[in-house]
Amino acid sequence: MTNDILLAGFGGQGILFIGKMLAYLGLYGEKQVSWLPSYGPEMRGGTCNCSVCVSDDPIGSPLVLEPDNLLVMNTPSYDKFIGSVKSGGNCFIDSTLIEAVCDRADISCFYVPATRLANENDLHGMANVILLGKMIKETGMADEAVIEKTVKKVVPPKKAHLIDANLKALKIGMSQ
Amino acid sequence: MSELTLMKGNEALAEAAIRAGCKCFFGYPITPQTEISAYLSKRMPKVGGVFLQAESEVAAINMVYGCAGSGIRCMTSSSSPGISLKTEGISYIAGADLPCVIINVQRGGPGLGGIQPSQADYWQVTRALGHGDFHVLVFAPSTVQEMADTVTKAFDLADKYRMPAVILADGLLGQMMEPVAFDENAEIKLSDASNKPWAATGHGNKRKHNIINSLYLQAAELEEKVRARFERYEQVKANETMAECYKTEDADIVVAAYGSTARLAKSAVELARKEGIKAGVFRPITLWPYPVKEINEACKNAKKALTVEMSMGQMVDDVKLALNCRIPVEFFGRTGGVIPGPAEILNKIKEMIGGDK
Repeated sequence: MTNDILLAGFGGQGILFIGKMLAYLGLYGEKQVSWLPSYGPEMRGGTCNCSVCVSDDPIGSPLVLEPDNLLVMNTPSYDKFIGSVKSGGNCFIDSTLIEAVCDRADISCFYVPATRLANENDLHGMANVILLGKMIKETGMADEAVIEKTVKKVVPPKKAHLIDANLKALKIGMSQ
Repeated sequence: MSELTLMKGNEALAEAAIRAGCKCFFGYPITPQTEISAYLSKRMPKVGGVFLQAESEVAAINMVYGCAGSGIRCMTSSSSPGISLKTEGISYIAGADLPCVIINVQRGGPGLGGIQPSQADYWQVTRALGHGDFHVLVFAPSTVQEMADTVTKAFDLADKYRMPAVILADGLLGQMMEPVAFDENAEIKLSDASNKPWAATGHGNKRKHNIINSLYLQAAELEEKVRARFERYEQVKANETMAECYKTEDADIVVAAYGSTARLAKSAVELARKEGIKAGVFRPITLWPYPVKEINEACKNAKKALTVEMSMGQMVDDVKLALNCRIPVEFFGRTGGVIPGPAEILNKIKEMIGGDK
């Protein structure tokens, strides 16, 4: 089974970081994984996206054009990618930042006010992790032990004091 | 092996170079390979090596020339337009019979082109990476793990045959992260000048001068030099080819592809197999020397071959030459930085198989 994931938003929202988190969740879940950032003109324009593949089989193209799961954190990315989600797929939307409501009946959309939740819970700048928590819950892609191991790995040593905050953000997302 | 970690292809390559005993890196930034410089700028000083950002690509390759002459393992790295700038220096290094490693993380061309992945420098690297009669070793990794593994091989063979070795990657392999592990017990051979009797390390009045030079004004002398070099190339061709065959044993159609395109070709072959089409992938890992024996073995039962590249068709020439046009060889490619999709490749496979009926 293959899970192709596309994460998109503005530069600075931590899109690449949660992409790395996802890739490690896959790796520690003993799957094949790949992670590919946008490094082209879109990045130079301020928007940023990241393809993550998690699969039981070796990964061919690491570039995700038709995601099973889409996570979006700004309106330009939502407009650009909502049509590309595979039929039967999921879309995770930061509803504090994106007002649009999806009219596609063949995919499931999850509206999480991630930015508001982050601010209310003293987790400034962690809306990305909250939204990722929701994706983890809905796709059932990792258990608690793997999540903890992953967070400890991807949070850099200099920011080790943020490990608990990241775990808290994931929990908030998972409880939505 | 070390624990599996996620690394970008560029970073894995840089780390592997250090582990292979690379002591000096000279480079100039260009997308999509800049992570190599960034990584080495942090790591090199910690292992007692030299990281130097040169004022230009031309300066960087000439620093490599000098460093290689002293017998130290050294490397430079760039992307397509930057490699073109380095070619004069590469020709001099080849003419002076010096080992070094050169990385090309290809982007679209010609000219400044674009920054997206491409494989349009195949002809340049396998035919003429500079003026004059010479070859360079060319390795084409297809995964992040192979980005690390081939750089070790490149340093070893460059030293063994005293010639430049190139890693021909592309933006996709350079930028993507995949799990990678390093061999913790790897023995580093030939990493210093002590077993390079030709190196210019200072004669101390104890031996004759070693001279590093590529200028031979006497035609007969130059011819002898070039002939001796080509005898060495024959040994390389006989002993150093590397390739992977994937489901070629019973294949009616063999898809030849290298680097990141080989990943896409494998996905296409999986799709084809699901539809009952016997397809396989031949993936050369060395592009020079080209794995001639291996591709003939891979195509022994095939009725047709298809070459897939991110270019307008360059390696297809070598596939035809290697197979001596024994079976029809067709081409499919995308260029300019567009990555071909497995479904497009499958369509081409079907079109070719359909033509048989």
